[in-house]
This record gives sequence, structure tokens and C-alpha cells, in this order.
Amino acid sequence: MDTFLQIVANGLMLGGLFAIVAVGLTLIFGIVKVINFAHGEFLMVGMYLTFLLSTGLDVHPYLTAAAVAPALFVLGALTQRLLIQPLMSARDEHVQIFATVGLSTALMNLALLVFGADIANTPAHGVRSQVMLGEVRILTGQLWVFGAAILLVIALQLFMKKTRTGRAIRATAQNRAAARLMGINDKFIYVLTFGLGAACVGLGSSLIAPLYPTSPTIGTYFVLIAFVCVVLGGLGSIPGAFFGALVIGLVDALSGFYIGSDLREAVVFTIFLLILILKPSGLFGTRMTQSHVSP
Amino acid sequence: MLEVKNVDAGYGSTVILQDISLHVEPGEVVTIVGANGAGKTTLLRTISGLVKPRTGAITFEGKDITKLEAHDTVDRGITLIPEGRQLFPDMTVRDNLLMGAYCRHARDYQDDTLHEVLELFPRLRERLDQHASSLSGGEQQMVAIARGMMARPKILMFDEPSLGLAPIIVSQVFEVIAQVAATGTTVLIVEQNVFHTLKAADRGYVLENGRMVLTDDADALLQNDHVRQAYLGI
Repeated sequence: MDTFLQIVANGLMLGGLFAIVAVGLTLIFGIVKVINFAHGEFLMVGMYLTFLLSTGLDVHPYLTAAAVAPALFVLGALTQRLLIQPLMSARDEHVQIFATVGLSTALMNLALLVFGADIANTPAHGVRSQVMLGEVRILTGQLWVFGAAILLVIALQLFMKKTRTGRAIRATAQNRAAARLMGINDKFIYVLTFGLGAACVGLGSSLIAPLYPTSPTIGTYFVLIAFVCVVLGGLGSIPGAFFGALVIGLVDALSGFYIGSDLREAVVFTIFLLILILKPSGLFGTRMTQSHVSP
Repeated sequence: MLEVKNVDAGYGSTVILQDISLHVEPGEVVTIVGANGAGKTTLLRTISGLVKPRTGAITFEGKDITKLEAHDTVDRGITLIPEGRQLFPDMTVRDNLLMGAYCRHARDYQDDTLHEVLELFPRLRERLDQHASSLSGGEQQMVAIARGMMARPKILMFDEPSLGLAPIIVSQVFEVIAQVAATGTTVLIVEQNVFHTLKAADRGYVLENGRMVLTDDADALLQNDHVRQAYLGI
């Protein structure tokens, strides 16, 4: 029983970690309607920035989020403005997706060039120490990630529902032409949203860096799992991505223990295929509108 | 107030509007009538900046707005209530109306304007917290009009406000348009429902195959032989 509880706790903590990566991904997909294949590399860039800042300035890695999240916001906003936006008028929307794949490869190789293939260990500053919650052992850093993921989801939901800019973002996603007739600058909304989605993963990277060694390919692992979480939760749904991430975290931990750690990803991706076949709209998915294709 | 001069416009390689000129003066109710496919919607979309003219010029209050983006023309006081309502389906009626007041000059008055608009559409008050997609067609049209008014426009343009509505709702829509005009807002309506619209308007233009073929006072157009034959079936 203790083992089971420990595995469930591990799964939930892992889920929190996936969630903080998945939230930005689903935000960008839900609003800009672009699947950002470079999202994992955004995470990687954020983790290297965290590493450089926390070792260079000798500060707690969490503090670097104050600089890393804005830096990632700029990276995301520039991606939309300089890469995606010029392709928005392309006849085939898939061109934009391929562009993010290209960006992903470019960032990964840039990191290889700058940092080499060696891993970089961000100093833990105590977040790798364990705490006991009843019978269960958890790293303090995992708890922080979990808490941050919950706060991020709540903050984003409030922003989207209660602020004028948040409403403008939702309106643009639901009917772009009508949004323009309200005086909303749709191009600016897309740049802003892409920036926000990237800033979310930037925040995540400062929290994840002290827990995982940073390498140029670290993003690939996280982003593939994050895609599964986003699809499970319903593409574009922020709470969906969070709960999807918890489910995938649990599945990952339980299957790793009871089926075999080699088969964890096989189980996760089998579930991914099952969702696509049985319920492609996901847990929290809404019907997809085609409003983004209107002029 | 609004002046369109020798405008050509279209989509891709297709030319829709040819050599269009019209003007609207403050406080007027002007209508553009014509058959389906004549280019009426394209004309309104061109004025609002969704479609860019190829040649010609559009001025509003003496300033050139030919090249402005749609979101900029809204800030100048030009609001289009698009054909087919185009609400934000998964937002509440309240949020739809608040989006109407997004533009700069309307923001600070949004609560007051909402109050005024709900006086005009008491039915919407009961529906404020419902999703727009759950409303009937007539109610959705009312939301679309109310949302347009939330922008406190100087000129409000209606694109086929009666399209797809039951006759009794059509009469209500035209009553509302008359009320909007009575508040001093300039109105430009595009309609296939020629009789109703000419009754409501001061002046009218007749658009055929992308060209303006006729313009006169609304009463005169109602008596015009060509209009009577082609559009009123008399």
C-alpha cells in the first residue's frame, strides 16, 4: 500500500511537471491554431538560461524565472511575428507547422553548437531534498512545480475570463473576422498569445532545471509527453491540459512500476492513440470551429 | 461624413466592385439595395477595412481611410454589423457585448453604454449569462446589433440584418434600426429586403453587378419603374 501511494504521489508530481510544459502549448494551439513543435526547445532554451543565470549570478534558480519568463515571452512573440505571421496567408496551413519543426531543429543545433552535447547541472539550492507527506517521500522541488502549475492554470483562466485583453484573445480565437470588427488587432493578439505561451514554459523551465539535467535534446522528451497531455485534455483547453497531464503522469508512474519502466512510453503513447481513435476532442475539448481560416 | 470615390475592389483575381462612388452625410439613413451577389457585402467590408480597395479612395470625416486596417476604422467610429451575425459563440451575451466596447473611444463608457443598450433590448438582459450560441436567430441578431452599438459608432453599417429571420422579427429589427437612427447615429444599411429598407431610409443606392446604377431619395426609388420591376415585383 505504501508503495502504491508513493507511486501515485510520484505520478502526480510528474503530472505537475508535464502540466507546466503543456499549458503554454495548448494556449498557443487554442488561440493561434498553430502546433508549436519548437515548444520543447523553448523549454530547453529556458533551462539553459536558468543554468547560466543561476550559476553566473549564484542565485536560486527559481529567482531567475523573473528574467527567463520575460525572455521566453520575447522569443515566442518574435517567433509569431517573424516566422508564423508571414506564413499565415499561405494557402496550406501546414506550412506554419513545418516552420515550427524547422525552428525546433535550429534551436536544438544552436544549443549543441554553444553548449556541446554535455549535460549542464543547474545547482539545486535545496529543492532536491526530500520531504515526508505521511508515508510518502516527495522532493520539495516537485511540490513547487506542482503548486506553480496549479497557480498558472488558475491565473491564466482568470486572465482569459476577467480581463479585457483576455476576452479579446478568446474572441479572436472564436471568430477572427468579427474580432477585427470590434477593433481588435488580431495580429497583435497572436503575437501576444504566442509570447504568453512561451513565457509559461519559461516559468516552467526555471522550476524544472534544478530537477533535471539540461541538454540540447531535453525538450524532445518533455514536449512529446506534453502533446499527449494536450490531446487528452482537449486541444486548446487550459484546465484540460492540466488534468490530462495529471492522468499521463499517473499512467507513466504506475505503468513504469507495474508493467516495466521500459514500457512506460509505450503505454503512454498507446493511450494517445486510443484517445485519437475514441475521443479525439479529449476530456475538456470543445468543437473545433474553422473561424481562423476566414479572411 | 463618409465618402467612397471611384473604388474598385475584389478578392484574389476576382473583381467585385467597379468604380463605386457614394456618400453618406451625418444623421442620414442610407441604404444600398441590390440582388444577391451584386457586391453589397464586399462594399461594406471595403469601407470597414476588411477588404482593401485596388483603386479609388475612401474618406471619413475628411480623413483618408483607404488603407486602414479593420481594427483602425473601428477606432475612427465606423462599425460594421456583419452578415450572419458573427457572434463569439462560446462567450456569454455579456462578454459579446463587452467586446463591442473594446475600441478605444468606447472603453471608458462601457458600463453606461451597456445600460443604454439593454434599455433598447430588454430581452437580452435575461440572456446576459447565456452563451451566444444558445440563443434563437432573432435574439442573436439583437445581440449583433447591440454589440455594434456598444462601440458608440459615428456610423453604424448593417449587412443584411433581416437575413434568415421570421417576418415578425424582421419588423422588430427595422424598428430597432429606426431607434438607432433616432439617437443621431448615422446608418448605412445593405439589404435584399428592398421594400422594408427603402421605407426606413432617407436615400438609397442601387447596386447591380458591382456597379452603382441608380441613386435617389428613398421615396423616389420606391416609385422608380426599374426598382419596382426588378426588386419589388410590381
